[in-house]
Amino acid sequence: MSKFEFPPSIKSRPVYGTLEARPGKAHLMIADAAGAEAILDIATPELMARSHIIYIPRGATHGEALRGLTPAQYYEGPSYAASVTRIQRVLQDAHMGLQVYLTGTEGLMGQAQNEAMQAGIPHTAIQTEHRGSVARRMQCVHCKGITEDVETDPFVCSHCGLNLFVRDHYSRRLAAYQGVCIDAEDPGNVPQAKGIYE
Amino acid sequence: MTIQFNDETFREDYSFRNSQRAIDRFPFPFDKDSYMYAVNMEQHRGGPADSVYEKRFDVDEHYVSEMRDRAMVLADDPLRCQSLPHMTLAGWDLLELIMVSKSEDYPDLFELHRDGDEWHWVNKPMGIDDTFTFMDETTLPYGPMEYITRQTQGDFCVLDQRDDNLWMDAGMVTTQADWSLDFDIGMNFFEWHAPVPLAHEKGIFVRALKFLLNIQQGAPARRLNWTMTVNPLLDTSPENYHKWGIQKTTLTPENIGAKQHLRVELQTFFRLPRSNALVFPIRCYLIAFQDIVSVPKWGRRLHRVIRDLPEELATYKGFIDNRPMMLDFLSAYDDGLPTSNGVWPEKDSEPPLKT
Repeated sequence: MSKFEFPPSIKSRPVYGTLEARPGKAHLMIADAAGAEAILDIATPELMARSHIIYIPRGATHGEALRGLTPAQYYEGPSYAASVTRIQRVLQDAHMGLQVYLTGTEGLMGQAQNEAMQAGIPHTAIQTEHRGSVARRMQCVHCKGITEDVETDPFVCSHCGLNLFVRDHYSRRLAAYQGVCIDAEDPGNVPQAKGIYE
Repeated sequence: MTIQFNDETFREDYSFRNSQRAIDRFPFPFDKDSYMYAVNMEQHRGGPADSVYEKRFDVDEHYVSEMRDRAMVLADDPLRCQSLPHMTLAGWDLLELIMVSKSEDYPDLFELHRDGDEWHWVNKPMGIDDTFTFMDETTLPYGPMEYITRQTQGDFCVLDQRDDNLWMDAGMVTTQADWSLDFDIGMNFFEWHAPVPLAHEKGIFVRALKFLLNIQQGAPARRLNWTMTVNPLLDTSPENYHKWGIQKTTLTPENIGAKQHLRVELQTFFRLPRSNALVFPIRCYLIAFQDIVSVPKWGRRLHRVIRDLPEELATYKGFIDNRPMMLDFLSAYDDGLPTSNGVWPEKDSEPPLKT
């Protein structure tokens, strides 16, 4: 599957790379949906022997292939929220030199990166590779509610119902982009929603 | 001089007004007839008598009312004041800086008595008389940054310095030009400035950061920034934009002189001694168009600046839709005569408006 090229943007917007196997005693790989393909691309028996894979399929069918890599540990979770305490525990127990690989949607990578940062790993030391949906995790700047998997601009805040436009301004701490009311100066004048990158 | 504190509001009935003294000392931000982003830093070591640059933390006639407005904003939204856990020491540094500065610069208004770590702070305008133990948070009603910035005009960003960058890791932000501390907290210098157009490409932020990283104790710096606000609304936050944004549509040719305000930020930068953090106060001054044009030089100049401002900047600063009406108003105060260099009003030497 070809990868989506994000257009150039402002300096708070995250930039993703391509995963590569790095030397290390232990490897933590967290992926959702199509992110599994990025792990399959770099997997070798030597790497897998030291890897812990945490995978959230979200309807994708790569679970069997990942399990077939016979990583040292494999976990499949039904959602990120269901997996997060496990992620926290793995990071808590991690030793110096743990390599972290995040791949899949921006929401997954952002939230997992946040956990790794809270465990003391600098965000610049974490590898990321975007795969799959280009939907965004958005915070409404007005009510502070987070809406997951936003595909259109503008969109309706799932918490307060305001019509929000999708900014590129991004907070690593919140793992979210900022949504701002689009019709504050002309209530009701909401443009037709279209794909974020259309 | 003794300051007469106004009893005024920055919301609903907007009873905020500038006295003649406040107009005369307004920090007009344009030193020539055009504007483009610049680092424009200078030392913050005093200035002309009675100017806003004279004291380290200017206290003016709006002080008590501004602090009342801040308390209302915080009651509605406590997330406007946040401090990441490693920033508490910087908060004490800031408390010390402000208490020492204000008690030295305004001895008739503020007193600080120190006996070792036992401190006694008196803030007469706000009726505060507290005794506490320096560096012991349990002896104050709020954290040290929140305690002192509830008593000091202007927003405060407290920036941690590490990895050759500055990090927005604490702040008190209730009078902001449409940015969110709650969203930006934890970002580095380039990230929190990311939405600003043109300035990145001009290398402004790279140069500004280099300057700021090298600010030393006892050698603070300052610069001005500006935007436009309809009504004297201090809390132009993104959080409340869905409530105040509509006010931009209430301008008419009849009310624009009173309603449209130039909003100027006096930004200062102080190195803090124990934490090596940098504190970045952003003090907001508001002035109605009708008061600006009472100064002939400022009226001429503001017209020319707004007329010639690049479209991206007028859009970013949020007044692109109102610019034609602003120019209709301001053009009546521009007779085409040349203006003298610099920001000062020059009321004695500048010619009156030709009619």
